[in-house]
Amino acid sequence: MASPNDLQFQEFEEAAELLSADPGASTLSMSASNTSTTAAGGGGGGGRGGGEDVKLDLSEEEGEEESSELLGGQKPTGGFWTFEYYQSFFNVDTVQVLDRVKGSLMPLPGRNFIKHNLRSNPDLYGPFWICVTLVFSVAIGGNLSSFLSEKGNPSYHYRPQFHRVTIAALVIFMYAWLVPIGLWGFLTWRQGAERQIGGYSFLETVCVYGYSLFIYIPTSVLWIIPFEWLRWTLILVAMVISGSVLVLTFWPVVREDTKVMAVATVVTIVVLHTLLAVGCKMYFFQTEVHVPSAVPITPTINMTIATKAH
Amino acid sequence: MADEANRQFAGLSDVSISEDIPVEGDISVPMGSSSSNRQRGEEDEFSTLDEPVKETILRDLRAVGSKFIHVLYPKRSSVLLRDWDLWGPLLLCVTLALLLQGGAADSEDQGGPQFAEVFVIVWFGSIIITLNSKLLGGTISFFQSLCVLGYCIMPLTAAMAVCRIVLVGGSGTVSFIVRLVVVTASFGWSTFASTAFLADNQPPGRKSLVVYPVFLFYFVIGWMVLTFSPSQ
Repeated sequence: MASPNDLQFQEFEEAAELLSADPGASTLSMSASNTSTTAAGGGGGGGRGGGEDVKLDLSEEEGEEESSELLGGQKPTGGFWTFEYYQSFFNVDTVQVLDRVKGSLMPLPGRNFIKHNLRSNPDLYGPFWICVTLVFSVAIGGNLSSFLSEKGNPSYHYRPQFHRVTIAALVIFMYAWLVPIGLWGFLTWRQGAERQIGGYSFLETVCVYGYSLFIYIPTSVLWIIPFEWLRWTLILVAMVISGSVLVLTFWPVVREDTKVMAVATVVTIVVLHTLLAVGCKMYFFQTEVHVPSAVPITPTINMTIATKAH
Repeated sequence: MADEANRQFAGLSDVSISEDIPVEGDISVPMGSSSSNRQRGEEDEFSTLDEPVKETILRDLRAVGSKFIHVLYPKRSSVLLRDWDLWGPLLLCVTLALLLQGGAADSEDQGGPQFAEVFVIVWFGSIIITLNSKLLGGTISFFQSLCVLGYCIMPLTAAMAVCRIVLVGGSGTVSFIVRLVVVTASFGWSTFASTAFLADNQPPGRKSLVVYPVFLFYFVIGWMVLTFSPSQ
Protein backbone atom coordinates (compact mmCIF):
# COMPACT_ATOMS: atom_id res chain seq x y z
CA MET A 1 0.00 0.00 0.00
CA ALA A 2 1.81 3.07 -1.20
CA SER A 3 0.57 6.45 -0.12
CA PRO A 4 1.51 9.60 -1.99
CA ASN A 5 3.86 10.56 0.82
CA ASP A 6 5.84 7.39 0.41
CA LEU A 7 6.04 8.01 -3.26
CA GLN A 8 7.50 11.47 -2.82
CA PHE A 9 10.06 10.30 -0.33
CA GLN A 10 11.16 7.64 -2.71
CA GLU A 11 11.59 10.18 -5.46
CA PHE A 12 13.98 12.25 -3.41
CA GLU A 13 16.07 9.21 -2.67
CA GLU A 14 16.40 8.31 -6.30
CA ALA A 15 17.21 11.86 -7.26
CA ALA A 16 19.86 12.03 -4.57
CA GLU A 17 21.39 8.82 -5.87
CA LEU A 18 21.48 10.16 -9.37
CA LEU A 19 23.03 13.39 -8.20
CA SER A 20 25.79 11.68 -6.32
CA ALA A 21 26.55 9.55 -9.33
CA ASP A 22 26.79 12.50 -11.68
CA PRO A 23 27.00 15.87 -9.99
CA GLY A 24 26.80 17.69 -13.28
CA ALA A 25 23.40 16.39 -14.21
CA SER A 26 20.58 18.86 -13.92
CA THR A 27 17.56 17.53 -12.12
CA LEU A 28 14.46 18.26 -14.06
CA SER A 29 11.58 15.95 -13.52
CA MET A 30 10.90 14.03 -10.40
CA SER A 31 8.60 11.60 -12.09
CA ALA A 32 11.07 10.40 -14.65
CA SER A 33 13.64 9.37 -12.06
CA ASN A 34 11.15 6.89 -10.69
CA THR A 35 12.00 3.74 -12.51
CA SER A 36 10.71 1.39 -9.87
CA THR A 37 7.37 -0.38 -9.92
CA THR A 38 5.59 2.59 -8.42
CA ALA A 39 6.32 4.38 -11.64
CA ALA A 40 3.01 3.19 -12.96
CA GLY A 41 1.17 5.41 -10.55
CA GLY A 42 3.74 8.16 -10.45
CA GLY A 43 4.03 8.23 -14.19
CA GLY A 44 0.36 8.92 -14.51
CA GLY A 45 0.60 11.91 -12.25
CA GLY A 46 3.81 13.12 -13.79
CA GLY A 47 2.44 12.61 -17.22
CA ARG A 48 0.70 15.92 -16.97
CA GLY A 49 3.92 17.55 -17.92
CA GLY A 50 3.96 15.62 -21.14
CA GLY A 51 5.73 12.50 -22.18
CA GLU A 52 8.88 14.50 -22.80
CA ASP A 53 9.70 14.53 -19.10
CA VAL A 54 10.26 10.81 -19.13
CA LYS A 55 12.40 10.97 -22.21
CA LEU A 56 14.46 13.85 -20.85
CA ASP A 57 15.96 12.22 -17.83
CA LEU A 58 16.76 8.93 -19.46
CA SER A 59 18.52 10.43 -22.42
CA GLU A 60 19.84 13.52 -20.72
CA GLU A 61 23.18 12.10 -19.78
CA GLU A 62 24.13 11.03 -23.29
CA GLY A 63 22.72 14.13 -24.86
CA GLU A 64 24.65 16.40 -22.58
CA GLU A 65 28.12 15.42 -23.65
CA GLU A 66 27.44 15.87 -27.33
CA SER A 67 25.62 19.13 -27.00
CA SER A 68 27.86 20.83 -24.47
CA GLU A 69 30.65 20.66 -27.00
CA LEU A 70 28.59 22.50 -29.52
CA LEU A 71 27.31 25.07 -27.09
CA GLY A 72 30.56 25.82 -25.36
CA GLY A 73 29.47 24.97 -21.86
CA GLN A 74 25.87 26.08 -21.95
CA LYS A 75 23.77 23.13 -20.90
CA PRO A 76 20.66 22.44 -22.94
CA THR A 77 17.79 20.73 -21.29
CA GLY A 78 17.64 17.39 -23.01
CA GLY A 79 18.69 15.31 -25.95
CA PHE A 80 18.58 16.76 -29.41
CA TRP A 81 15.31 15.06 -30.25
CA THR A 82 13.30 16.89 -27.63
CA PHE A 83 11.65 20.21 -28.22
CA GLU A 84 13.24 21.80 -25.15
CA TYR A 85 16.67 21.38 -26.68
CA TYR A 86 15.79 23.73 -29.48
CA GLN A 87 13.90 26.04 -27.19
CA SER A 88 17.14 26.77 -25.39
CA PHE A 89 18.41 28.40 -28.57
CA PHE A 90 15.57 30.88 -28.55
CA ASN A 91 15.95 32.06 -25.03
CA VAL A 92 16.10 35.75 -25.79
CA ASP A 93 13.90 38.74 -25.18
CA THR A 94 13.16 41.57 -27.54
CA VAL A 95 15.50 43.86 -25.66
CA GLN A 96 18.37 41.42 -25.97
CA VAL A 97 17.88 40.96 -29.70
CA LEU A 98 17.79 44.71 -30.25
CA ASP A 99 20.92 45.05 -28.14
CA ARG A 100 22.75 42.53 -30.27
CA VAL A 101 21.65 44.20 -33.45
CA LYS A 102 22.95 47.50 -32.17
CA GLY A 103 26.19 45.84 -31.22
CA SER A 104 26.62 44.58 -34.75
CA LEU A 105 26.06 48.06 -36.13
CA MET A 106 28.66 49.75 -33.97
CA PRO A 107 31.84 47.73 -33.78
CA LEU A 108 34.28 49.39 -31.45
CA PRO A 109 37.83 48.15 -31.20
CA GLY A 110 38.27 46.14 -28.07
CA ARG A 111 34.60 45.21 -27.92
CA ASN A 112 34.32 41.61 -28.85
CA PHE A 113 30.80 40.92 -30.09
CA ILE A 114 30.68 37.49 -28.56
CA LYS A 115 32.03 38.40 -25.18
CA HIS A 116 30.21 41.67 -24.94
CA ASN A 117 26.83 41.03 -26.48
CA LEU A 118 26.27 37.32 -26.48
CA ARG A 119 27.58 36.59 -22.99
CA SER A 120 27.27 32.84 -23.48
CA ASN A 121 23.65 32.98 -24.50
CA PRO A 122 23.86 32.61 -28.26
CA ASP A 123 20.54 32.44 -29.98
CA LEU A 124 19.30 31.27 -33.32
CA TYR A 125 16.44 33.73 -33.60
CA GLY A 126 18.59 36.63 -34.76
CA PRO A 127 20.63 34.82 -37.43
CA PHE A 128 17.63 33.04 -38.88
CA TRP A 129 15.27 35.98 -39.18
CA ILE A 130 17.99 38.37 -40.26
CA CYS A 131 18.84 35.98 -43.09
CA VAL A 132 15.19 35.65 -44.10
CA THR A 133 14.70 39.41 -44.06
CA LEU A 134 17.88 39.89 -46.04
CA VAL A 135 16.75 37.39 -48.67
CA PHE A 136 13.52 39.24 -49.25
CA SER A 137 15.00 42.70 -49.02
CA VAL A 138 17.67 41.84 -51.59
CA ALA A 139 15.18 40.21 -53.96
CA ILE A 140 12.60 42.96 -53.64
CA GLY A 141 15.20 45.72 -53.75
CA GLY A 142 16.77 44.22 -56.84
CA ASN A 143 13.40 43.98 -58.52
CA LEU A 144 12.58 47.59 -57.69
CA SER A 145 15.96 48.85 -58.81
CA SER A 146 15.75 47.15 -62.18
CA PHE A 147 12.26 48.57 -62.56
CA LEU A 148 13.48 52.07 -61.79
CA SER A 149 16.52 51.85 -64.01
CA GLU A 150 14.45 50.87 -67.01
CA LYS A 151 11.56 53.21 -66.48
CA GLY A 152 12.11 55.30 -69.56
CA ASN A 153 12.40 52.28 -71.79
CA PRO A 154 9.21 51.73 -73.78
CA SER A 155 9.95 48.13 -74.62
CA TYR A 156 10.49 47.19 -71.00
CA HIS A 157 7.72 45.21 -69.43
CA TYR A 158 7.78 44.93 -65.66
CA ARG A 159 8.27 41.44 -64.38
CA PRO A 160 8.28 40.41 -60.74
CA GLN A 161 11.31 38.13 -61.20
CA PHE A 162 10.26 35.85 -58.46
CA HIS A 163 12.96 33.29 -59.11
CA ARG A 164 15.43 35.71 -57.57
CA VAL A 165 14.01 34.95 -54.14
CA THR A 166 15.07 31.35 -54.50
CA ILE A 167 18.57 32.27 -55.62
CA ALA A 168 18.97 34.87 -52.90
CA ALA A 169 17.79 32.39 -50.29
CA LEU A 170 20.25 29.76 -51.45
CA VAL A 171 23.22 32.10 -51.49
CA ILE A 172 22.54 33.86 -48.22
CA PHE A 173 21.67 30.80 -46.21
CA MET A 174 24.65 28.92 -47.53
CA TYR A 175 26.91 31.79 -46.57
CA ALA A 176 25.39 32.20 -43.15
CA TRP A 177 25.66 28.51 -42.31
CA LEU A 178 28.47 26.92 -44.29
CA VAL A 179 31.07 29.59 -43.67
CA PRO A 180 30.64 29.46 -39.88
CA ILE A 181 30.85 25.67 -40.02
CA GLY A 182 34.06 25.88 -41.98
CA LEU A 183 35.51 28.58 -39.81
CA TRP A 184 34.59 26.90 -36.57
CA GLY A 185 35.98 23.60 -37.77
CA PHE A 186 39.19 25.26 -38.87
CA LEU A 187 39.66 27.17 -35.62
CA THR A 188 38.91 24.09 -33.56
CA TRP A 189 41.43 22.09 -35.51
CA ARG A 190 44.08 24.74 -35.14
CA GLN A 191 43.60 25.01 -31.44
CA GLY A 192 43.64 21.31 -30.85
CA ALA A 193 43.27 20.43 -27.22
CA GLU A 194 42.93 23.93 -25.89
CA ARG A 195 39.50 24.35 -27.35
CA GLN A 196 37.90 25.58 -24.17
CA ILE A 197 40.33 28.42 -23.73
CA GLY A 198 39.34 31.26 -25.94
CA GLY A 199 37.57 29.07 -28.46
CA TYR A 200 34.13 29.91 -29.69
CA SER A 201 31.40 27.38 -29.84
CA PHE A 202 29.69 26.60 -33.10
CA LEU A 203 26.52 28.41 -32.09
CA GLU A 204 28.41 31.56 -31.19
CA THR A 205 30.11 31.57 -34.58
CA VAL A 206 26.80 31.21 -36.38
CA CYS A 207 25.39 33.95 -34.18
CA VAL A 208 28.17 36.41 -35.02
CA TYR A 209 27.83 35.78 -38.72
CA GLY A 210 24.08 36.14 -38.59
CA TYR A 211 24.09 39.41 -36.73
CA SER A 212 26.89 40.79 -38.87
CA LEU A 213 24.63 40.45 -41.90
CA PHE A 214 22.14 42.89 -40.42
CA ILE A 215 23.80 45.96 -41.89
CA TYR A 216 23.06 44.68 -45.38
CA ILE A 217 19.31 44.98 -44.89
CA PRO A 218 19.16 48.78 -44.88
CA THR A 219 21.95 48.79 -47.44
CA SER A 220 19.94 46.70 -49.87
CA VAL A 221 16.97 49.00 -49.38
CA LEU A 222 19.10 52.05 -50.07
CA TRP A 223 20.59 50.38 -53.13
CA ILE A 224 17.31 51.00 -54.89
CA ILE A 225 18.44 54.58 -55.44
CA PRO A 226 19.93 54.41 -58.91
CA PHE A 227 23.24 56.20 -58.47
CA GLU A 228 26.32 54.08 -58.98
CA TRP A 229 28.61 56.14 -56.79
CA LEU A 230 26.06 55.98 -53.97
CA ARG A 231 25.81 52.23 -54.29
CA TRP A 232 29.54 51.72 -54.15
CA THR A 233 29.83 54.05 -51.16
CA LEU A 234 27.09 52.17 -49.36
CA ILE A 235 28.62 48.81 -50.08
CA LEU A 236 31.97 50.03 -48.81
CA VAL A 237 30.51 51.35 -45.60
CA ALA A 238 28.52 48.17 -45.02
CA MET A 239 31.51 45.97 -45.70
CA VAL A 240 33.70 47.95 -43.36
CA ILE A 241 31.20 47.79 -40.53
CA SER A 242 30.25 44.14 -40.76
CA GLY A 243 33.75 43.11 -41.68
CA SER A 244 35.13 44.79 -38.61
CA VAL A 245 32.56 43.08 -36.42
CA LEU A 246 33.84 39.77 -37.70
CA VAL A 247 37.50 40.69 -37.53
CA LEU A 248 37.25 42.13 -34.03
CA THR A 249 35.54 38.97 -32.91
CA PHE A 250 37.94 36.49 -34.40
CA TRP A 251 41.23 38.33 -34.07
CA PRO A 252 41.78 37.57 -30.36
CA VAL A 253 41.28 33.90 -31.05
CA VAL A 254 43.47 33.74 -34.09
CA ARG A 255 46.17 35.94 -32.67
CA GLU A 256 47.75 33.12 -30.71
CA ASP A 257 48.43 31.18 -33.86
CA THR A 258 51.41 31.66 -36.11
CA LYS A 259 51.52 34.98 -37.87
CA VAL A 260 50.92 33.49 -41.30
CA MET A 261 47.88 31.47 -40.31
CA ALA A 262 46.42 34.35 -38.33
CA VAL A 263 46.64 36.78 -41.17
CA ALA A 264 45.46 34.19 -43.67
CA THR A 265 42.38 33.39 -41.58
CA VAL A 266 41.41 36.99 -41.15
CA VAL A 267 41.97 37.71 -44.82
CA THR A 268 39.80 34.75 -45.79
CA ILE A 269 37.00 35.97 -43.55
CA VAL A 270 37.14 39.42 -45.10
CA VAL A 271 37.39 38.13 -48.65
CA LEU A 272 34.38 35.84 -48.30
CA HIS A 273 32.37 38.65 -46.81
CA THR A 274 33.36 40.94 -49.65
CA LEU A 275 32.45 38.31 -52.19
CA LEU A 276 28.99 38.00 -50.73
CA ALA A 277 28.35 41.73 -50.75
CA VAL A 278 29.72 42.41 -54.19
CA GLY A 279 28.14 39.29 -55.63
CA CYS A 280 24.73 40.29 -54.33
CA LYS A 281 25.14 43.74 -55.73
CA MET A 282 26.29 42.57 -59.13
CA TYR A 283 23.59 39.97 -59.55
CA PHE A 284 20.58 41.59 -58.03
CA PHE A 285 21.22 45.22 -58.72
CA GLN A 286 22.62 45.20 -62.20
CA THR A 287 22.25 48.26 -64.31
CA GLU A 288 23.29 46.59 -67.49
CA VAL A 289 20.57 43.99 -67.36
CA HIS A 290 18.54 43.67 -70.49
CA VAL A 291 15.03 42.35 -70.68
CA PRO A 292 14.88 39.10 -72.64
CA SER A 293 13.47 40.57 -75.81
CA ALA A 294 14.32 40.07 -79.46
CA VAL A 295 18.04 40.06 -80.15
CA PRO A 296 18.37 43.09 -82.46
CA ILE A 297 16.83 45.38 -79.83
CA THR A 298 19.35 44.31 -77.19
CA PRO A 299 22.30 46.40 -78.37
CA THR A 300 20.04 49.45 -78.53
CA ILE A 301 18.91 48.93 -74.96
CA ASN A 302 22.50 48.46 -73.87
CA MET A 303 23.47 51.73 -75.46
CA THR A 304 20.59 53.69 -73.97
CA ILE A 305 21.36 52.35 -70.52
CA ALA A 306 25.04 53.01 -70.93
CA THR A 307 24.41 56.60 -71.88
CA LYS A 308 21.92 57.06 -69.07
CA ALA A 309 24.19 55.69 -66.39
CA HIS A 310 27.28 57.43 -67.79
CA MET B 1 -4.79 -3.18 -2.25
CA ALA B 2 -4.57 -2.55 -5.95
CA ASP B 3 -8.06 -1.06 -5.83
CA GLU B 4 -7.06 1.33 -3.11
CA ALA B 5 -3.95 2.32 -4.98
CA ASN B 6 -5.95 2.87 -8.10
CA ARG B 7 -8.47 4.97 -6.26
CA GLN B 8 -5.81 7.09 -4.67
CA PHE B 9 -4.17 7.72 -7.95
CA ALA B 10 -7.46 8.19 -9.73
CA GLY B 11 -7.45 11.85 -8.88
CA LEU B 12 -4.08 12.34 -10.50
CA SER B 13 -5.37 11.36 -13.89
CA ASP B 14 -7.67 14.35 -13.83
CA VAL B 15 -4.81 16.75 -13.33
CA SER B 16 -4.35 17.35 -16.99
CA ILE B 17 -3.95 20.34 -19.24
CA SER B 18 -7.34 21.63 -18.20
CA GLU B 19 -6.10 25.08 -17.30
CA ASP B 20 -4.40 25.81 -20.55
CA ILE B 21 -6.09 26.86 -23.71
CA PRO B 22 -7.57 23.67 -25.07
CA VAL B 23 -5.11 22.43 -27.60
CA GLU B 24 -7.67 20.48 -29.51
CA GLY B 25 -10.95 21.55 -30.80
CA ASP B 26 -13.68 20.37 -33.07
CA ILE B 27 -14.84 21.62 -36.30
CA SER B 28 -18.49 21.53 -35.30
CA VAL B 29 -20.46 24.62 -34.49
CA PRO B 30 -21.06 24.11 -30.77
CA MET B 31 -24.57 22.88 -30.13
CA GLY B 32 -26.15 23.62 -26.80
CA SER B 33 -27.31 20.15 -25.95
CA SER B 34 -24.12 18.31 -26.82
CA SER B 35 -22.42 18.76 -23.44
CA SER B 36 -25.38 17.38 -21.54
CA ASN B 37 -25.41 14.30 -23.69
CA ARG B 38 -22.00 13.16 -22.57
CA GLN B 39 -23.14 9.68 -21.73
CA ARG B 40 -24.96 9.43 -25.00
CA GLY B 41 -22.00 10.89 -26.87
CA GLU B 42 -21.56 7.95 -29.11
CA GLU B 43 -25.15 8.11 -30.16
CA ASP B 44 -24.67 11.72 -31.16
CA GLU B 45 -21.77 10.90 -33.46
CA PHE B 46 -23.55 8.02 -35.04
CA SER B 47 -26.64 10.09 -35.61
CA THR B 48 -24.82 12.37 -38.02
CA LEU B 49 -24.72 9.48 -40.44
CA ASP B 50 -28.43 9.78 -40.92
CA GLU B 51 -28.61 13.42 -41.68
CA PRO B 52 -28.71 14.62 -45.25
CA VAL B 53 -25.37 15.43 -46.87
CA LYS B 54 -26.40 19.02 -47.30
CA GLU B 55 -26.68 19.32 -43.54
CA THR B 56 -23.17 17.97 -43.00
CA ILE B 57 -21.60 20.24 -45.55
CA LEU B 58 -23.53 23.26 -44.38
CA ARG B 59 -22.36 22.73 -40.81
CA ASP B 60 -18.73 22.94 -41.85
CA LEU B 61 -19.43 25.84 -44.16
CA ARG B 62 -21.15 27.71 -41.38
CA ALA B 63 -18.16 27.15 -39.12
CA VAL B 64 -15.80 28.43 -41.77
CA GLY B 65 -18.05 31.37 -42.48
CA SER B 66 -18.27 32.37 -38.85
CA LYS B 67 -14.50 32.44 -38.69
CA PHE B 68 -14.33 34.67 -41.74
CA ILE B 69 -16.58 37.12 -39.95
CA HIS B 70 -14.32 37.01 -36.93
CA VAL B 71 -11.38 37.95 -39.11
CA LEU B 72 -13.35 40.84 -40.58
CA TYR B 73 -14.03 42.26 -37.13
CA PRO B 74 -11.08 41.12 -35.05
CA LYS B 75 -11.84 41.34 -31.40
CA ARG B 76 -10.16 39.28 -28.77
CA SER B 77 -12.25 36.19 -29.08
CA SER B 78 -11.27 32.60 -28.78
CA VAL B 79 -13.47 31.23 -31.54
CA LEU B 80 -10.64 30.94 -34.00
CA LEU B 81 -8.47 29.30 -31.41
CA ARG B 82 -10.96 26.98 -29.82
CA ASP B 83 -12.61 25.60 -32.92
CA TRP B 84 -9.73 25.66 -35.31
CA ASP B 85 -9.99 24.16 -38.74
CA LEU B 86 -7.83 24.25 -41.81
CA TRP B 87 -10.54 24.36 -44.50
CA GLY B 88 -10.62 28.11 -44.54
CA PRO B 89 -6.86 28.54 -44.96
CA LEU B 90 -6.81 25.93 -47.71
CA LEU B 91 -9.65 27.64 -49.55
CA LEU B 92 -7.96 31.03 -49.24
CA CYS B 93 -4.58 29.73 -50.31
CA VAL B 94 -5.97 28.03 -53.39
CA THR B 95 -7.98 31.13 -54.32
CA LEU B 96 -4.95 33.37 -53.91
CA ALA B 97 -2.71 31.06 -55.92
CA LEU B 98 -5.29 30.82 -58.70
CA LEU B 99 -5.74 34.59 -58.81
CA LEU B 100 -1.99 35.03 -59.10
CA GLN B 101 -1.95 32.94 -62.23
CA GLY B 102 -2.34 34.21 -65.72
CA GLY B 103 0.14 36.97 -65.16
CA ALA B 104 3.52 37.44 -66.72
CA ALA B 105 4.10 33.85 -65.73
CA ASP B 106 3.75 32.91 -69.35
CA SER B 107 7.42 33.58 -69.92
CA GLU B 108 8.78 30.95 -67.63
CA ASP B 109 11.88 32.78 -66.58
CA GLN B 110 11.07 36.14 -65.11
CA GLY B 111 7.46 35.79 -64.28
CA GLY B 112 5.48 35.95 -61.15
CA PRO B 113 5.20 33.20 -58.58
CA GLN B 114 3.97 29.90 -59.80
CA PHE B 115 1.03 28.13 -58.19
CA ALA B 116 3.32 25.83 -56.24
CA GLU B 117 5.48 28.72 -55.08
CA VAL B 118 2.48 30.50 -53.57
CA PHE B 119 1.45 27.34 -51.77
CA VAL B 120 4.94 26.75 -50.45
CA ILE B 121 5.31 30.31 -49.27
CA VAL B 122 1.96 30.37 -47.51
CA TRP B 123 2.17 26.99 -45.84
CA PHE B 124 5.87 26.84 -45.13
CA GLY B 125 5.77 30.41 -43.95
CA SER B 126 2.93 29.64 -41.57
CA ILE B 127 4.69 26.55 -40.27
CA ILE B 128 7.93 28.42 -39.68
CA ILE B 129 6.17 31.26 -37.91
CA THR B 130 4.32 28.77 -35.73
CA LEU B 131 7.53 26.95 -34.87
CA ASN B 132 9.15 30.26 -34.11
CA SER B 133 6.43 31.29 -31.70
CA LYS B 134 6.47 27.91 -30.00
CA LEU B 135 10.25 27.97 -29.66
CA LEU B 136 10.05 31.38 -28.06
CA GLY B 137 7.80 29.91 -25.42
CA GLY B 138 4.31 30.55 -26.72
CA THR B 139 1.46 28.46 -25.39
CA ILE B 140 -0.55 28.28 -28.55
CA SER B 141 -0.85 24.93 -30.23
CA PHE B 142 0.54 24.18 -33.66
CA PHE B 143 -2.71 23.90 -35.57
CA GLN B 144 -4.39 26.77 -33.80
CA SER B 145 -1.62 29.03 -34.99
CA LEU B 146 -1.79 27.68 -38.54
CA CYS B 147 -5.52 28.29 -38.48
CA VAL B 148 -5.18 31.92 -37.38
CA LEU B 149 -2.42 32.72 -39.85
CA GLY B 150 -4.34 31.10 -42.69
CA TYR B 151 -7.60 32.85 -41.98
CA CYS B 152 -5.92 36.23 -41.72
CA ILE B 153 -4.83 35.95 -45.35
CA MET B 154 -8.42 36.77 -46.22
CA PRO B 155 -7.96 40.56 -46.54
CA LEU B 156 -5.04 40.01 -48.90
CA THR B 157 -7.03 37.58 -51.04
CA ALA B 158 -9.82 40.14 -51.22
CA ALA B 159 -7.24 42.75 -52.22
CA MET B 160 -5.98 40.44 -54.95
CA ALA B 161 -9.46 40.12 -56.36
CA VAL B 162 -9.85 43.91 -56.29
CA CYS B 163 -6.46 44.34 -57.97
CA ARG B 164 -7.41 42.03 -60.79
CA ILE B 165 -10.60 43.92 -61.35
CA VAL B 166 -8.72 47.23 -61.33
CA LEU B 167 -6.17 45.86 -63.76
CA VAL B 168 -8.90 45.04 -66.23
CA GLY B 169 -9.43 48.75 -66.52
CA GLY B 170 -5.80 49.40 -67.38
CA SER B 171 -2.40 49.34 -65.74
CA GLY B 172 -1.34 52.96 -65.60
CA THR B 173 -0.21 55.06 -62.71
CA VAL B 174 -3.70 55.63 -61.35
CA SER B 175 -4.43 51.95 -61.19
CA PHE B 176 -1.08 51.42 -59.51
CA ILE B 177 -1.86 53.96 -56.83
CA VAL B 178 -5.27 52.45 -56.23
CA ARG B 179 -3.75 49.00 -55.96
CA LEU B 180 -1.04 50.27 -53.65
CA VAL B 181 -3.57 51.78 -51.30
CA VAL B 182 -5.74 48.67 -51.31
CA VAL B 183 -2.85 46.30 -50.74
CA THR B 184 -1.34 48.42 -47.97
CA ALA B 185 -4.67 48.65 -46.19
CA SER B 186 -5.31 44.92 -46.39
CA PHE B 187 -1.76 44.11 -45.31
CA GLY B 188 -2.20 46.25 -42.24
CA TRP B 189 -5.56 44.64 -41.57
CA SER B 190 -4.13 41.13 -41.83
CA THR B 191 -1.27 41.87 -39.49
CA PHE B 192 -3.53 43.60 -37.00
CA ALA B 193 -6.08 40.77 -37.07
CA SER B 194 -3.54 38.03 -36.57
CA THR B 195 -1.76 39.81 -33.74
CA ALA B 196 -5.12 40.35 -32.06
CA PHE B 197 -5.51 36.59 -31.95
CA LEU B 198 -1.93 35.51 -31.37
CA ALA B 199 -0.51 38.13 -29.06
CA ASP B 200 -2.06 36.91 -25.85
CA ASN B 201 -0.32 33.58 -25.90
CA GLN B 202 3.22 34.86 -25.90
CA PRO B 203 5.48 35.31 -22.90
CA PRO B 204 5.99 38.94 -21.95
CA GLY B 205 9.00 40.70 -23.38
CA ARG B 206 8.94 38.63 -26.54
CA LYS B 207 5.80 39.88 -28.21
CA SER B 208 7.67 41.86 -30.85
CA LEU B 209 9.88 38.89 -31.59
CA VAL B 210 6.76 36.93 -32.45
CA VAL B 211 4.93 39.70 -34.28
CA TYR B 212 7.82 40.60 -36.59
CA PRO B 213 7.80 37.34 -38.61
CA VAL B 214 4.03 37.67 -39.03
CA PHE B 215 4.59 41.18 -40.36
CA LEU B 216 7.23 39.90 -42.77
CA PHE B 217 4.98 37.06 -43.91
CA TYR B 218 2.06 39.31 -44.82
CA PHE B 219 4.44 41.84 -46.32
CA VAL B 220 5.80 39.25 -48.73
CA ILE B 221 2.30 38.12 -49.67
CA GLY B 222 1.28 41.73 -50.13
CA TRP B 223 4.29 42.24 -52.36
CA MET B 224 3.24 39.27 -54.50
CA VAL B 225 -0.25 40.71 -54.80
CA LEU B 226 0.97 44.20 -55.65
CA THR B 227 3.50 43.18 -58.26
CA PHE B 228 1.09 41.04 -60.17
CA SER B 229 1.24 42.26 -63.71
CA PRO B 230 -1.00 40.86 -66.39
CA SER B 231 0.50 39.47 -69.54
CA GLN B 232 -0.03 41.61 -72.60
